[in-house]
Amino acid sequence: MRHIISVLLENEAGALSRVAGLFSARGYNIESLTVAPTEDATLSRMTIVTAGSDEIIEQINKQLNKLVDVVKVVDLSEGDHIERELMLVKVRAVGKDREEMKRLADIFRGRIIDVTDKDYTIELTGPGSKLDAFLKSIDATAILETVRTGASGIGRGDRVLKV
Amino acid sequence: MFSVSSSQETRGERFNVSGFKIMQLSGAEIVVRCLQEEGIEHVFGYPGGAVLFLYDELFKQDKVKHVLVRHEQAAVHAADAYARSTDKVGVALVTSGPGVTNAVTGIATAYMDSIPLVILAGQVPTHAIGEDAFQECDTVGITRPCVKHNFLVKDVRDLALTIKKAFYIAATGRPGPVVVDIPKDLTTLKTEFEYPKSITMRSYNPVVKGHAGQIKKAVTLLLEAKRPMIYTGGGVILGDASAELTKFVKQLGFPCTNTLMGLGGFPATDRHFLGMPGMHGTYEANMAMQHCDVLLAVGARFDDRVIGNPKHFFEQPRKIIHVDIDPASISKRVKVDVPVVGNVRDVLKELIRQVESARGGPDKEALKAWWAQIEQWRGRDCLKFDRSSAIIKPQFVVEKLYQVTKGDAFITSDVGQHQMWAAQFYKFDKPRRWINSGGLGTMGVGLPYAMGVQMAHPKATVACVTGEASIQMCIQELSTCKQYRLPVKLINLNNRYMGMVRQWQEFFHGNRYSESYMDALPDFVKLAESYGHVGMRIEKPADVEPALKEAFARKKDLVFLDFITDQTENVFPMVPGGKGLSEMILV
Repeated sequence: MRHIISVLLENEAGALSRVAGLFSARGYNIESLTVAPTEDATLSRMTIVTAGSDEIIEQINKQLNKLVDVVKVVDLSEGDHIERELMLVKVRAVGKDREEMKRLADIFRGRIIDVTDKDYTIELTGPGSKLDAFLKSIDATAILETVRTGASGIGRGDRVLKV
Repeated sequence: MFSVSSSQETRGERFNVSGFKIMQLSGAEIVVRCLQEEGIEHVFGYPGGAVLFLYDELFKQDKVKHVLVRHEQAAVHAADAYARSTDKVGVALVTSGPGVTNAVTGIATAYMDSIPLVILAGQVPTHAIGEDAFQECDTVGITRPCVKHNFLVKDVRDLALTIKKAFYIAATGRPGPVVVDIPKDLTTLKTEFEYPKSITMRSYNPVVKGHAGQIKKAVTLLLEAKRPMIYTGGGVILGDASAELTKFVKQLGFPCTNTLMGLGGFPATDRHFLGMPGMHGTYEANMAMQHCDVLLAVGARFDDRVIGNPKHFFEQPRKIIHVDIDPASISKRVKVDVPVVGNVRDVLKELIRQVESARGGPDKEALKAWWAQIEQWRGRDCLKFDRSSAIIKPQFVVEKLYQVTKGDAFITSDVGQHQMWAAQFYKFDKPRRWINSGGLGTMGVGLPYAMGVQMAHPKATVACVTGEASIQMCIQELSTCKQYRLPVKLINLNNRYMGMVRQWQEFFHGNRYSESYMDALPDFVKLAESYGHVGMRIEKPADVEPALKEAFARKKDLVFLDFITDQTENVFPMVPGGKGLSEMILV
């Protein structure tokens, strides 16, 4: 099953490679991994999207907790949570496609953030499935380039991950 | 983050909490002072360019003694055995680049067996890092998968605190090796030195006490058991819990088995002891592991060499209680019914207390029937061997070694058949007496292990059970032994084969002994003599005991005993790979 795991870790050199190294050394899969410092500059927050049986997920949680740089680990998918991903997609926008592309971006609440006479760059946020749906809805041959951040997640309501 | 005892500033001069003036020291001085503060008496190492200033400081003092090995791998192995045979943290010091890469086998060996070590590594100067400088390697990157934690120190002001953290992390929780990588320029820069007395880290809080409710559940299961079994591992040794374990086993009257890493955790000469379990475990231990209805695992990790095929292990229904300090060890290979995370000694104490206060003890009738079954298995005499052989049997040598040393020696071993025979035939009654590489299975550890043990226990009897293949992997250390007058006894079970490889080839590869014959062996007697030691060759069974007696009477000499043993002897019982614990090949 797919799990989204949030990790608070010391913002130290090499902390990211310890997490990435753990996943590769133990053969766990990483669908996406994002990391950036938090409002407290000594801490980084990481969101890992992974998949595995209950036993594997339990081991992933335990092994993450065992890393000396890791302060806290929460499996967001154990409760209500929100996840968002940012995608930038550059599409061909000429002729009749130009208007259609803008209309589709509007439907998906995307924003056109760069324009030339031949293409648009569209910014889109949402759960990964929404970004997938947008890519499916436009003509595949119109896509020039896509870049996605991977998911970031946060618990709903009073579920707070803090030191 | 961390908090340390704070210092005070008065009129421009800095004083610490005790009122002493804070001194400006170089990085190299700081490292040595930290070692002194930690009470480190021995450091095993090898100098080189990046650590010259550190060696200069070691030279100027005599509190911390340096032991010069002949290869960095041996430095880490020796520090590792020093830690295994005491309850101290072992320390190794190596230079950058090849110094570190040579040390990696030692570090990985210690990591697999959870041994507390601090490895200080030199690094090229900060400004040269990343420029492919001479003797540069990415030490933190190379060692990351085989350490508990590692550090690259980037500011001399962080040095003392980092070393404090390294010792703290290495020794607490589930122990392990910690590498501190120190760029050369930092060893000359000066800063104020103050060694933190205590340390707390927000990201590292090892568990100590077990959950009382879980322990209660465990006691209920144990007292209801009809066919109980206690299985313990290296955690009992590392957690200094063998007195508690012994008390607990006797309190309940249950059978007990110790893994290869756990030997000595429970006295091997006690009738409750069933021998070692696993691939080369005894018939009675494996049968009891397989057929028990409640299994209590303490500081053990259900290793593939211990439980055999996990599917087969689970065909037999049983409840499992697992006590371990590392939550990640629990339910990793087997699903556990009652997990107890905690320091094994504290948990055992609590188990003893709760069993004492429980109404009614174990089921006596059921236990009697269970023991009758176990005695029947024990009657199979699975470790028997041909005592009338005209060629020396390796088991016979270990048996005689046990008798001659009265079971009171420190025994190190290398890896292979001789290791298994040592584990099977030397009866360890005390913890920290059996020193071997269980997890990584590193050939070559035996001699440096013996050095580390002898350094920690100068008056003790130390013997290394080895083979002609393993011993050649760190043979250069005979020179270190001469320099430091280490009177270890090498018991070389010389069958001219990589014995365990040969055994597998005989059983599973149609007797095709591919590259397992040790051709062109040196004359070990002359080799020992050339290093300034005593060498003996023993070729007849009748000479085994007199030779051992003579060797151990030489209290001041290293004696290399080259026993020419039966080439065809195999280790039994054996659970072949992929088979279940009760599917043993027996003699």
